[in-house]
Amino acid sequence: MKFQAYTVSKYNFDECMKCTVCSVYCPVLQVNPLYPGPKQAGPDGERLRLKDPYFFNYALKYCLNCKRCEVACPSGVDVAGLIQAARIKYGQDRPTLRDRLLASTDLMGTLARPVAHVVNGLTGLRVTRAAMEAALQIDHRRVFPKYSGRSFESWLRRQAHAQAAYKDQVAYFHGCYVNYNYPQLGKDLVKVLNALGVGVQLLDKEKCCGIAYITNGMSDIARKNARHNVSVLEEAVHGRGLKVLTTSSTCSLTLRDEYPALLGVDNTGVRASILIASRYIYERLEAGAQLRFKPGFRKRVAYHTPCHMEKLGWGVFSERLLRRIPGVEFTLLDSACCGIAGTYGFKSENYEASQAIGVPLFEQIRAVDPEVVACDCETCKWQIEMSTGYSVEHPISILAQAIED
Amino acid sequence: MRFDTVIIGGGLAGLTAGISLQEAGRSTAIVSTGQNALHFFSGSFESLEEAPERIVGLFARAGIPLHYSPGVRLMPLGTFRPAALSLDDVSLLDQPKFARKVLIVNFQDYQDFFSSFLADGLRHQGIACRIVTPGHLADPSMRVRAGELRSVQIARTMDKFWEKAVQEIRILLKDEDAVILPQVFGLEDPTIPGRIRAGIPARVIFVGTLPPSVPGTRTQRLLKRRYEALGGTYLAGDKVLQARVEGGRVRNVTTRNLGGHILEADHFILATGGYFSKGLKSNPFRVYEPVFGLDVRQEADRSKWYDADFQAEQPYMAFGVETDAALHPLRDGQPLGNLYAVGSVLGATRPELGSGAGLALRSALAAVDQILSPLDL
Repeated sequence: MKFQAYTVSKYNFDECMKCTVCSVYCPVLQVNPLYPGPKQAGPDGERLRLKDPYFFNYALKYCLNCKRCEVACPSGVDVAGLIQAARIKYGQDRPTLRDRLLASTDLMGTLARPVAHVVNGLTGLRVTRAAMEAALQIDHRRVFPKYSGRSFESWLRRQAHAQAAYKDQVAYFHGCYVNYNYPQLGKDLVKVLNALGVGVQLLDKEKCCGIAYITNGMSDIARKNARHNVSVLEEAVHGRGLKVLTTSSTCSLTLRDEYPALLGVDNTGVRASILIASRYIYERLEAGAQLRFKPGFRKRVAYHTPCHMEKLGWGVFSERLLRRIPGVEFTLLDSACCGIAGTYGFKSENYEASQAIGVPLFEQIRAVDPEVVACDCETCKWQIEMSTGYSVEHPISILAQAIED
Repeated sequence: MRFDTVIIGGGLAGLTAGISLQEAGRSTAIVSTGQNALHFFSGSFESLEEAPERIVGLFARAGIPLHYSPGVRLMPLGTFRPAALSLDDVSLLDQPKFARKVLIVNFQDYQDFFSSFLADGLRHQGIACRIVTPGHLADPSMRVRAGELRSVQIARTMDKFWEKAVQEIRILLKDEDAVILPQVFGLEDPTIPGRIRAGIPARVIFVGTLPPSVPGTRTQRLLKRRYEALGGTYLAGDKVLQARVEGGRVRNVTTRNLGGHILEADHFILATGGYFSKGLKSNPFRVYEPVFGLDVRQEADRSKWYDADFQAEQPYMAFGVETDAALHPLRDGQPLGNLYAVGSVLGATRPELGSGAGLALRSALAAVDQILSPLDL
């Protein structure tokens, strides 16, 4: 007799024992009654979908892919993976113009950069936002991120010679946000790494990690980007012998886990070399590297663990890095979703739910009343700044401010 | 990363140990593979027979009020069980005939509270019952999920609108001397059940629902918050893949998320739970402990694992990790000197008595005492 000791199922869905613990930790289920919740949308629904795709439910689009169901699941079921994979496999909706625009962070950045001040001025105007709501169903209350006039890539390219002088070298997957919107974060990383004796190199033309294409129903584009990125990552890891650092928790999760799980793109050769920068820096400091801190530095910092950082299990590195800075008074916020989930919270139909999800986090931030909120995710930053008025900075930026120039 | 103690398992036993050690000034990390049996918690720690001030104090500092009064508590099917130390949600009754007539309040479209069963059970005790099912007390959007509402969804609404619910119940109340409500109050705030009691002019008794348990979920959240506020490192959703043991002692563990970044410690606590939490696993041939490969007390003959009578005491529920008298688990007959096994992985619980919570607390504190004792080498 052929003996199978364990059940084997895609996304581990056969391991679900219907305990419903995931439903306690789903932020959407608590605020949007149209969403069936992770258990029904995930393993329960999968049994039916396997029998007949008719049972695919369009309400799965309300899943914001925060992965908190997976962190909560005691049985190791990839609940959010099941839901996103079902959207890719069975979803028939063609992405709207709005979805295409929101997902194309790369293209939008390239177009906006030369005329950044015009774009920034326009997206700040009430009339533009009202027009975008009417034409595109992008919520008029949402504050848009600003574009930078100069890309991070062009800044670093001009530094290539100076960076090559450092003894140790890393590559940096900066992502769209650092490149087009906020090059300062990339510069902060370069400052900290240089202080540790590490030079920074670019990848050979990275593309958007693709997460926004996945969640907006354009997995074919995401897959193309994934194949391209894996090949440039391989060149850096195997050709140049480098670790690849990231500063965005979502880019990290996408490159490491979503490529094989959702897009079927094999990244086994590079996965272990992709690290969030705070982990790399923390490990160097643990190994004895020294940073010279400014003597008078003082900051009251509250750290928010972004959902994808929680899923990666790496929040501990950012937390410990911040706690190491002399003069930092540290508070760890309860790990909870801020509600924006990338492009999700920009859409008119999600705006109310998005804001309602964030309420417990916003209330806790107001109660702690820090000088700055620290977090590793750009879209959490937009959401928390817009919704609380507190400024949000990346842990690496706070570290860069605390060390001597 | 280096800690004084690494605790594997983030449920009641792991958090109790972690909080106690942090309070004593030790540095600890908890590796938690998903959520835990606190989400099935009845609210009572049945196996604790004497008043345990230490536990009451530990919970009070986490913002969780406990009360102690040996008696019985009302079960969801209208039966009674002995209970003593409990969360404030649980009404400890001195006798099963606790009222003459009760009003049972249920919620429309709520899936997980069976008021007719409860009433049938109580009628056997000679208690008259009236069931009322008010509509959606405050939040009409709940109607969208007709017939599918779960405890946590109702609880979130009730956190905002419990005062309105109290007003409505006061109107519904006639000549009953007690009101029974499902345990769906105070998901965030543990004081709400007490304020509801104060607002209703009859004895108020909260009765457990199908899981997830609202008081249990709240307890998990507050214990974790307390642990983190004390500086503990809670690694949620991570999993120990490998343990290095040398000379009868655990040196370090490797986890899935931290990869090459190993966790080193002087002491380790195994609080991984029973079958539900995968602290114990089985295949067709044996029951085993997956992290360290510890010796598991069990019946060798598989036909003796279970009793064909579903309702009978099931032998496999008593299987568990073998330890010496100091809770050091055995591997190939030899104790691992700096490892302690606590909670349901010990397998000494009897689920029909609901004694898992009591065992978790007692064994966790026993392990903590040894770690803090200068005799532990």
